Parts: sequence; C-alpha cells; structure tokens
Amino acid sequence: MRKQETIGERIFDVANAALMVVLMIIMLYPLYYVLCASFSLPSNMAAHRGLLLLPEGFQLESYKIVFQNPDILSGYGNTIIYVVVGASLSVLLTVMLGYVLSRKGLMLRKPLMFMVVFTMFFGGGMIPTYLMMSQLGIMGTRASVILPGLVGTTNVIIMRTAFQGIPESLEESARIDGANDFTILFKIMLPLAMPTISVMLLFYGVGRWNSWFDAMLYLRDRGKFPLQLILREILVYSGTGDMLITWGSFNGQDMSEIIKYTTIIVSTVPILCIYPFLQKNFVKGVMIGAVKG
Amino acid sequence: MNQTQQIATIKPAAGKSSRSGFWKRLGKDLVRNRYIYLMALPALLYYIIYHYWPMYGSIIAFKDFSPTLGILGSPWAGLKYFEQFFSSIYFGRILRNTLLISLYSIIWSFPAPILLALLMNEIRSEMFKRTVQTVTYLPHFISTVIICGMLVDFTSMRGLFSYIIELFGGQAQNLLMKPDLFRPIYIISGIWQEVGWGSIIYLAALTGIDNSLYEAARIDGAGRFQQMVHITLPGISPTIIIMLILRMGQVMNVGFEKVMLLYNAATYEVADVISTFVYRKGIIEASYSYSAAVGLFNSVINFAMIIFANWISRHVGDGETSFW
Repeated sequence: MRKQETIGERIFDVANAALMVVLMIIMLYPLYYVLCASFSLPSNMAAHRGLLLLPEGFQLESYKIVFQNPDILSGYGNTIIYVVVGASLSVLLTVMLGYVLSRKGLMLRKPLMFMVVFTMFFGGGMIPTYLMMSQLGIMGTRASVILPGLVGTTNVIIMRTAFQGIPESLEESARIDGANDFTILFKIMLPLAMPTISVMLLFYGVGRWNSWFDAMLYLRDRGKFPLQLILREILVYSGTGDMLITWGSFNGQDMSEIIKYTTIIVSTVPILCIYPFLQKNFVKGVMIGAVKG
Repeated sequence: MNQTQQIATIKPAAGKSSRSGFWKRLGKDLVRNRYIYLMALPALLYYIIYHYWPMYGSIIAFKDFSPTLGILGSPWAGLKYFEQFFSSIYFGRILRNTLLISLYSIIWSFPAPILLALLMNEIRSEMFKRTVQTVTYLPHFISTVIICGMLVDFTSMRGLFSYIIELFGGQAQNLLMKPDLFRPIYIISGIWQEVGWGSIIYLAALTGIDNSLYEAARIDGAGRFQQMVHITLPGISPTIIIMLILRMGQVMNVGFEKVMLLYNAATYEVADVISTFVYRKGIIEASYSYSAAVGLFNSVINFAMIIFANWISRHVGDGETSFW
C-alpha cells in the first residue's frame, strides 16, 4: 500500500505531524508555564520577561500559604459537598425520570415527555428564577446551590434512550415473579444501564466542580462558597490580600502573582489526576449523546 | 417518512372515546402505575419549581413588579419595559455584541474541530494519534474560572502575551482593556479550550465511513488529498450539517460566564451581551421588571431560533437528520 506514496504525500505527513506537535505544545505550555511560575521566587519572577522553561529560583512557601488559606480550604470542602451531594441526587432523579419516560403503556408518558423537553426550548430566565429562589426562602443555604440545575434534560433523554435499549422481556419476567417497579428499576435495569449511569455521574460531577454562578447569586456567607467562587476572587480580581501578610520581605505585587499561579495549580491538579479516567468515560458519553443527537 | 405517517394515522383512532371514558382510564392508569409515577415525582417537582415557576414568573416583564406586592399583586405595566428597552442605547449594543460573538464563533470556532479531526485522521501512527487526542482534550476539563484567571494574567501589562506581542515589535499593554481585542481573546481562548473536545464527534463520524470506499478510490488512483475531499468530507457532512444547525439554534446563547469573568467597564461597549446586561440590571441594580423584559425578549428569540433550526433540519436531507 505504501509504495504508491508520492513525495507530496510524504511532505504532507511530515508537515501534519509537525503541526500536531506544535498544537500539543500550545495546549500544554500555558499550564507548564503556570507550574514553573508557581515554584519561582517572587523577586526573580518579577525580573523575568517571557517564556519559562524552568522555575526562576525555587520556593515552596507559596504552596504552604495557599494550603493554609482558610478560604481555599473551606472552598475545597464545600465543593466536595456540592459535587458529591449534587451529583448523586442528580443521577438518582435522572435515572428515575429517564426510566419512567422509557416505559411503554403509560398514559401520561407523552405529556410528561413534552413537559421535560419543552424546557430545552424555553425558560423563565435569570431574574424570574432569582425571584423564585427568594420566594422559596432557601437563599443563602447550601440547598440554594445544589437545587438549581439538579436535573439536566439532555441527560434525562440519554438515560431514557439507554433504558429503551434494554429488552422488555427482562422486565416482564421480573413482573411475573412479583417484583414491583422500584425493584425492577434498581435490581434489574440499573445494573444493565451502569455504563451510561457512570458517564452521567461524571457529567454532573464535573459540571458541579466547575460551577460558580448560582453560588454567586444565592450565597452571602463566605463559609459556604465553593472553590470556584473563591478562585474567581483570587485570580480574576487579584484578591490575594489576606495571603500576602504571611510572606515576609517580598514586594506585594510580585508575591500576589506567585500566589495566583500556585492557586491555579492547587485547584487544577485534582482534575488532572482523574483526567485519564474522565477522558475515557466522557468520550463514551459524547458518543452516547451523539446517537440521539 | 412513510412509517411516521402510518403511526400518525393510527393514533387518532385510538383516542376516539368519550370524555368520561378518558378520565376513567386515566384514573386506572394512575392507580396501576402508581409506583412508576411516584418515581417521576421528585424530578417533576424540580421541573415545576425550577422551570415552570420562573416561566410563570416572567410575567413580571409586563408588570411594575415590587417584591413587597408579589407577582400577582404588582400592577400591570403593559409593554412599558419592552418599549423602554427597545428605545434605549443598550438594545442595539447588546444585541449586536451577542450576535457578533456568536457569528464569529460560528465562523472560527465551528470549523476548527472539523479541520482538527480531518488532520488527526491522516495521522498514521495510532499511538501518536492517541497522544494528540489526549492532549487536545485536556483544556476542556479546566474550569472557566481558571481559564479566565490565566487569561487575565497572561494578558496583563507584564504577562506572557504582552511579551510575545513585544517580540513581534508591538507595544506591551493590558490587552483586556482594549475593546478591539476582547472578541479575538474570547474566540481564540474558546478554540484553545474546546477544539480537541469538539473533534470527538467528527472522529466518531469518521469511523463510520465504509473502508471499501477508500479501497475503491485507491484502485482508481486517487491520492490521499482526493480521498479526503471526495470520501472523508462527504462522509462526515451530515454530522457537520446537524452540528451547524444545532449551533444556529444557540445563536442567542453566548457563554456569558466567560464574558462576565473577562469584561470590565472599558470593554462593555463590545463585550456586554444580553445575559450580562440582564445580570447587571436585574441582580445588581434590582430593576426586576426591566431586566425580566430583556430576558424574556432573549428567550422568545431563542425559542424561535430553535424551532427554525429544527424546521430546517427536517427539510435538509431525507428526514434522517432531524432530531426530535
């Protein structure tokens, strides 16, 4: 097969490979730069201009400061609560609704399906939702962060499609054995739909990990802020003030830079650690979603 | 096509019974399937509270809403707030910004993953290909806040990008303060983050192309470029069309969290989109009815766009490309 290759094609192969290498460098370098900068000495970093291949000097003090920052610690704790509680509740509700919508012979199936899908077309918007939250009286509680976005309509549809793919005969034989609907769902259907459910758990989990807007709208108490909201203050608005006092003789501006880089690393590493696992499952999820469109 | 028509003709016949018969059957259905309906209840409550209640609440766009009077108690204001919005200078500005950011991302961000998928498909070594995939998917998993934090840092006076601009003879400056640069920064960083991830769907479509087509083309003497143009591209074009139509339906939805993190008073002129405007008017300034009117305007246009996109998808091709 290879012998018919023309010179033009070989040049293309080489150029293509080179382009891909450049692309990978562009994807990775910003993170690598931040990593190097986070270990650099504030004074050296301030004097430095341009690309970094290795840290400028070396220190771990900034990591100590970031790990001792009460906001970052409580942010981490809160985010873990929001991710675990939010994602589990989301998956539970999505699985149950998806199962119901996949059942044939329910008179209300079509109206319910319409009620769910219609929300993809039209929504009340930010302000009426905000006012509803204040009427509901849960503003400022952790529930006000967990409840919005609890059920994702796309996920419900993906879940429903997964259940529809399971042969009906399984359900019928269980029913003859006297199983009720809950037993059928949780003992028979759930294990068979496990691949889709694990993808769902990841979708919801990563969504929760990244979200900050609802928390910004509904929370006042810093003790309940998720990590991303704390990061927003530190990174986007340079709110490193509290952390500077603890680090002696360096220029405030220079220190603030290093602390920001360190914060980025500290808050990204957990995701990067589980990234290989995420990637595999997410790709699967995109494929499942693509089948439905 | 034929099948759906058949199903459509069967349905009315089944529903032809008296009204009391319908309620009786519904009652029976509810009793028999009570556990099933019970299962759906929590999620349905969520939909009612978090989707349908705010939909009802958006009538405050037609009222002089005051929190003490409540939604029902507040007096009607007719179209006052819509008129106020349409005649204000903000209407043109935020509509233009929203549409321009969407348009630019359709022009630049939409084709990028397609191109990447085509190029990755040409990589011979399976291992190298997998490495490229792993690396290009990575930025997708970094949170928006961190991406924007990095952007703020890199675009600052002494940041990495300013240095690169200086290298090429430009002048170092705070790039996020320059109105001209807001959209390029927004779009380019978006491509950086999502190009790899977006290519997955096209790579999946590529695997569906029949290998015998390539073999036949090779026997006919087609080179790899010709194969790409005449087999690969037509092979994934249904996917491209669906994705494009879906994208068109989202034209009024700009990723506003990113805008909110990146914009500042110096760039409102080019960066302020409908949702950020609603946020500032409604949440910060507490002009509830006015901002609800702006939001409702957005929702209605959005609704029309999605219906339109879906209508197109039904009429493109042979019905295979329709989603609902």
